[in-house]
Amino acid sequence: MSTPLPADDPSAKIAIKAESLTKIYGAGNTEVVAMRDASMTVMAGEVVALLGPSGSGKSTFLTAVGLINPPTSGKIYIANQLIMDGPKALTNLRSFRRKHLGFVFQKSNLIPFLKAGENVQIACELNGLSSRQARIRALELLDYLGIKDRSQSYPSMLSGGQQQRVAVARALANRPSVILADEPTAALDSFRGRQVMELFTKVAHEQGTSVIVVTHDHRSLDVFDTLYEMEDGKLTQKAKEPLAVAH
Amino acid sequence: MNLAIKDISYNIGRFVLTAVGIGMLLMVVMGMGGIYRGVVEDATLLIDRLDADLWVVQRSTRGPFAEISRVPAKLSDRALAVPGVRVAREFVYHTIQRQDGDRVLRMAVLGLSWPTDKGDWIPLVEGRPLGQSRFELIADQTLKLPLGKQIEIGNEVYQVVGISGGMISSAGDGIAFLSSADALAVQLDVPGEAVRLERAARESRGRLFDVGIQQPALLENATRQSGQLPAIARPSISAVLVTLEHPSDAKAVAEVIGGWTDVTVYTADEQRNLLLKGSVEKVRSQIGLFRILLTIIATIIMALILYTLTLDKLHSIALLKLIGASNSVLLGLILQQALILGASGFAIAYVVGQQIFPKFPRRVIITSEDLIQLAAIVFVISIASSGLGVWKAMVVSPNEALA
Repeated sequence: MSTPLPADDPSAKIAIKAESLTKIYGAGNTEVVAMRDASMTVMAGEVVALLGPSGSGKSTFLTAVGLINPPTSGKIYIANQLIMDGPKALTNLRSFRRKHLGFVFQKSNLIPFLKAGENVQIACELNGLSSRQARIRALELLDYLGIKDRSQSYPSMLSGGQQQRVAVARALANRPSVILADEPTAALDSFRGRQVMELFTKVAHEQGTSVIVVTHDHRSLDVFDTLYEMEDGKLTQKAKEPLAVAH
Repeated sequence: MNLAIKDISYNIGRFVLTAVGIGMLLMVVMGMGGIYRGVVEDATLLIDRLDADLWVVQRSTRGPFAEISRVPAKLSDRALAVPGVRVAREFVYHTIQRQDGDRVLRMAVLGLSWPTDKGDWIPLVEGRPLGQSRFELIADQTLKLPLGKQIEIGNEVYQVVGISGGMISSAGDGIAFLSSADALAVQLDVPGEAVRLERAARESRGRLFDVGIQQPALLENATRQSGQLPAIARPSISAVLVTLEHPSDAKAVAEVIGGWTDVTVYTADEQRNLLLKGSVEKVRSQIGLFRILLTIIATIIMALILYTLTLDKLHSIALLKLIGASNSVLLGLILQQALILGASGFAIAYVVGQQIFPKFPRRVIITSEDLIQLAAIVFVISIASSGLGVWKAMVVSPNEALA
């Protein structure tokens, strides 16, 4: 059973809150600290970039707050509920992910044997919509993201940018509190990469969904509300302007 | 949305090829079952068709199919005299292998008790039953003897007057029906030189016996035909088939005839059991065991195929887990595919088998019972063989989707 945030907490609109997350792989001589005392608070509708070199612990942080890879210690609150207390899950994680989280990956990660519309529809159906309702919702989302005309195409027939739009549509299917994106523009050229980043901003600002994006792409940092940087497992908030100006 | 159907539709070529492969495998399993059934049916076919209530055979033998039985032809007259017996027929049965042009002609010869039995009970696809006591035969169509053909067997020529369908011996040879006199002539066909040598030997032996020395006139008989010698009986027949006035009297009549010291009596059921437990048993067991082996192999191959199909989808399965799909959704995906694959394979096995099995040299009989049984087996092995794939799907981490 998940525990709500304290009633007097002023952070009523907090979408996700990570408190002192630490992740240690292995033990003894083989022990590796992938993430150390990382904390982050993301408000509803906020778009956050998580920067850092390869191996710095960005993906570890993302999978921890995505309830895929439990932290060794620390707490995770999502939608005002304490979900992870250290490695201990306080609710059914798969069910909670389905209701509250959306994922977008480096590669589009669409299911190859489902058409674009069906990739979105299946996510809606998993959230309890009937087949007909799910189909309507999927088409609405594809239309919202400007790719409705490709709903009958298999992923292999779509360009990288189109695939990522479908992936975003799928991530929005359950009206999530938070979308977690792991290097979503890595496989795209700069133009299409920026389009995807702007799409996240649009979704966040219009639908109130928070977005955390792990990225190496410094060309689009101006679209983010907040920047964080991970280095050697330590997470720090960065001032936005200097980075944005630099690019 | 049915994910199993969607996956199959997307990979239809691979699915069809896999289903055909499994179908061929299941067809072999089905075929082995059919051969097994065919052996049993062929073995008991004659017993069922001849429809005798009692089989009277040589004392202490399990003839005439399981082993050789010899009884005198007069036995049919003795049996007919027993109260409650309606018909007593001579039964002559043996297998011959002759040359018919370029091909080897192997046939089971069955003697019909003319004129009591003209072969009216034989299922004919062409021609007629025997119309005279000698030199006519009814051949099964598997012997490939055309109607009207004159065929030389031994010293005589016989004409094919009827073609039967599905009359096969327990060894799988087509049956040729002749009158019992002709069947005996075929069985006891001896070359002229052998006859002459036997007569000379008979005379020579006679000279050494007291009876030959004291009555030399008897030796003159030694050179006559065997059938004309009062001391030499008519050639023996295989058995006598008894049909009763009331089949319910079988036990009482069997007790009377069984009391004779030269014969043993079997009911039709006992005769059927003798065949199945005797000559057919090992073949039956061998085919049965081979069928079990094939079923196990089919299960293993299906398991490997389904496991491979699951491995191919592992990334998608991890992704489905990541977006919150429950285990039942993933279980449904794999199990439904296994069942669709099994059902498709079964259908292919049935359709292709229907085309191929009739061309087999021996009968392959697929009964509804066998089909239902195999369908149940396919259902079970589909479920069992998907176990590996299900296990793999259950243990895969959603993290795999991020890899």
